[in-house]
Amino acid sequence: MSPPDLSSRVVVDGVAVDVPRGVTVVAALVAANSLCTRRSVTGQRRFAFCGIGQCQECRVTVDGCANQLACGTICADGMTIATGGDW
Amino acid sequence: MKHPDVIVVGAGIVGAACAAELQALGRDVLLVDGGVPGGGVTAAGMGHLVALDETDDELDLCLLSLARWDAYLSTRTDLAEHVRCGTLWVAEDDAQMAHARVRAQRLGRRGWDAVELSGDALARMEPALRAGLAGAVRVVRDGVVYPPAVARDLADTLVALGGQTRFGTAVARIDDGAITLASGERIAAGDVVAAAGTAVTRLLPDIPVFPRKGHLAITARTPRRLSHQVVSMGYGQTAAGSDALAVAANVQPRITGQWLIGSCRQDGIRHADVDPRVLAQVLRSAIALLPCLADMKIIRSWTGMRPATYDGRPVIGRHPALPHVWVAAGHEGLGVTTAFGTAQLLADLMLDRPASIAAIPYSPSRFAHVPA
Repeated sequence: MSPPDLSSRVVVDGVAVDVPRGVTVVAALVAANSLCTRRSVTGQRRFAFCGIGQCQECRVTVDGCANQLACGTICADGMTIATGGDW
Repeated sequence: MKHPDVIVVGAGIVGAACAAELQALGRDVLLVDGGVPGGGVTAAGMGHLVALDETDDELDLCLLSLARWDAYLSTRTDLAEHVRCGTLWVAEDDAQMAHARVRAQRLGRRGWDAVELSGDALARMEPALRAGLAGAVRVVRDGVVYPPAVARDLADTLVALGGQTRFGTAVARIDDGAITLASGERIAAGDVVAAAGTAVTRLLPDIPVFPRKGHLAITARTPRRLSHQVVSMGYGQTAAGSDALAVAANVQPRITGQWLIGSCRQDGIRHADVDPRVLAQVLRSAIALLPCLADMKIIRSWTGMRPATYDGRPVIGRHPALPHVWVAAGHEGLGVTTAFGTAQLLADLMLDRPASIAAIPYSPSRFAHVPA
């Protein structure tokens, strides 16, 4: 009996990364070494701060849908994630 | 410490404007607030600069103030996050359009440009609006600011002119020509100005200013465009329902790319909690005008208590029974727009010079027989 497939493959800013099944998009960003989710009004780099959906700093675009919280979104196989939005 | 000529109680945008105005006119002013400048009612507001014309005297006060805002903003646009976005008063049907037309004529006669737009012209000008609206009035020179930044700046201006401030210092009582702090310290002054919004009634029980609760929400920054402040023509005309809730859509584009969504009015509610049922009604009314809001993300919602009066006018002038106490409060949802005009009118009265606009409609004496 073969072991179950325990990873998901997602694409972060064009780079494919494999992450354990069930982790959040923040984990995929770390795996892809992409430590900036968005840019603030004044152009500062931002990343996940609270990790529990309160601070709103980790907003990224998931499968073309803007303003998704990376800390509140679970990776799905084939998901595409885009960072660096300046909105 | 030398006694100040004037103590202003309350460093919201109205109190801070009064303090800076009086200091600039040569009075020695102390500005006192239990919190930080602009941290109360002022921080909760939408920050619109808008000419309202429910009555002639309301329009007088607005236009006096808006001229002063132009002068202020000519040197401080960045600080105030000012956008001269104009207001679109949106009419959903012919009856509202008739009201809008009257407003355009009234504002236009007073030199505050207001243009009537057909439904088609409106759709071209602001594509995010839903299809099928009757039309609108576009008030070109209205705008929005971030009001707590202005209150802070006015407090700084006061200090730069030689005035003093005491923040984080609550005021326990006002007497004729003196205040007593919560600590028990008493400070005498030539005059005291009560500009503490909804707290004025606690300090001066015969000046009835009551809290009128509002809910607001703000979206995440969005690449979507909204060029104007959008307000339903029902604004200010919507009668409260049986649950005392009146809702009228008001959506503003902010300089950050966020959209600020209001508004509603509720009397008789003392707690400041966000009520999801009320917030839902505000959002539904906004989505009814701007359907794309349904797909956008709210990142914060909050409430505020507008300082309201029974006749919808602010209270500006000398206290009816205390000759060294003055009042500048009760501006409800228009305090940001009218702060500078209020300061000018109050200074006119305090310095006994000809008033810039009619003072009688704002006189505190009109409430002499109304129980608080």
